Amino acid sequence: MSRAALLVLADGRFPAGGHAHSGGAEAAVKAGRVTGAASLEEFCRGRLHTAGLVSAALAAAAAAGADPVSLDAAADARTPSSALRVAARKLGRQLMRAARATWPSAELDAVAREFPKGAHQPVVLGLAARAAGLGAVDAAYCSAYESVSGAASATVRLLSLDPFDATGVLARLAPELDRVADAAVEAARRVGDEGVEVLPAASAPLLEIGAEVHAAWAVRLFAS
Amino acid sequence: MHLDHSHHHTPAVSADAHRPDGSRRALRVGLGGPVGSGKTATVAALCRALRDELSLAVVTNDIYTREDAEFLLREAVLPPERITAVETGACPHTAIRDDISANLEAVEDLEDEVGPLDLILVESGGDNLTATFSKGLVDAQIFVIDVAGGDDIPRKGGPGVTTADLLVVNKTDLAPYVGSDLARMAADAKAQRAELPVVFQSLRSEAGVADVAGWVRARLAAWRA
Repeated sequence: MSRAALLVLADGRFPAGGHAHSGGAEAAVKAGRVTGAASLEEFCRGRLHTAGLVSAALAAAAAAGADPVSLDAAADARTPSSALRVAARKLGRQLMRAARATWPSAELDAVAREFPKGAHQPVVLGLAARAAGLGAVDAAYCSAYESVSGAASATVRLLSLDPFDATGVLARLAPELDRVADAAVEAARRVGDEGVEVLPAASAPLLEIGAEVHAAWAVRLFAS
Repeated sequence: MHLDHSHHHTPAVSADAHRPDGSRRALRVGLGGPVGSGKTATVAALCRALRDELSLAVVTNDIYTREDAEFLLREAVLPPERITAVETGACPHTAIRDDISANLEAVEDLEDEVGPLDLILVESGGDNLTATFSKGLVDAQIFVIDVAGGDDIPRKGGPGVTTADLLVVNKTDLAPYVGSDLARMAADAKAQRAELPVVFQSLRSEAGVADVAGWVRARLAAWRA
């Protein structure tokens, strides 16, 4: 594997549509739940251990070669909010385009044909990692990190938060990110023998509710 | 204009001149420029001028609302299924230049859903003088400024003013009221752009969008050639 490929895939500037999404931060800011660096850290911690853990495990399983169709169904089952399912598929489709252009692969082409309107983003992320020659651990880290980095950079724009404070939040979450990635990889490892049921199903009801509320706003900065 | 690129092996990349079924895709023209310069009004006028001779559609990139899309819908310049709004996460230039994936999806979905198109206009959210479209998204771009935004804009230059395939100086009818010197704007634009064309327009005049529409027709003829 190439460690440098991981940097390419994990780069926030990788052109896969993420910049237009806030990871629920816009809804949380509007509701007064995120008002500064301290509450951003709590918000990101919550995301990391719920949506982040689930997406990291899906990504790790996909990178390890589990069936993408089963993983996509597992992602659906773990995403109660219809708005979030729509956003995950949009982002999956956008990531698929970027991944196919960056690391052409027959496997990616086949999944793109299977899901013309997009598979869930973490599943595509795992497949992209695989196409890039990366493994389950890399995919888990990428996905877990994305689950908090997008929300942090969106909050910089939403609150005019000091960008150094937002980056500090991410740095302080690093040890927990390690543990989430470990747990995700361990769950993904069992998928081969035991099926997708063993994948974590941690849920954050406020993220789901916030996403539904956000999708109904007439005026918003972010798509989700 | 024909986009030259090296991705023939992968239909994932949308600068491809052909759609997955082998048919030639629509010409894509981007319209960018500062807030309030008249991008949406120009798009609306272009739709009225061209809709009877061409099959066309519009993608808008609103910064935080669907205002531009809704303006076009309200003005009924095209049927609603031919107008799509892309959300840009507070960064309009990112969505047209650095990460074009949402816009590519929008143009592809329009071609899939409303049938063969000749032309898709991609309107940027109002931005600053550095905003330009990626060549992976559009085949040609128009930069729209206006006389009321300051007659020194052509002199200041910037990527939009200097590199756009067409520079439109809009609202020329306002020049006497805001003290803008059109001759100076023309001379500055010439100095910045050399042979690249510039159109001075007032959508309130009889000629309206005719010059820009003519330029689009010529682009389309070249695209099809």
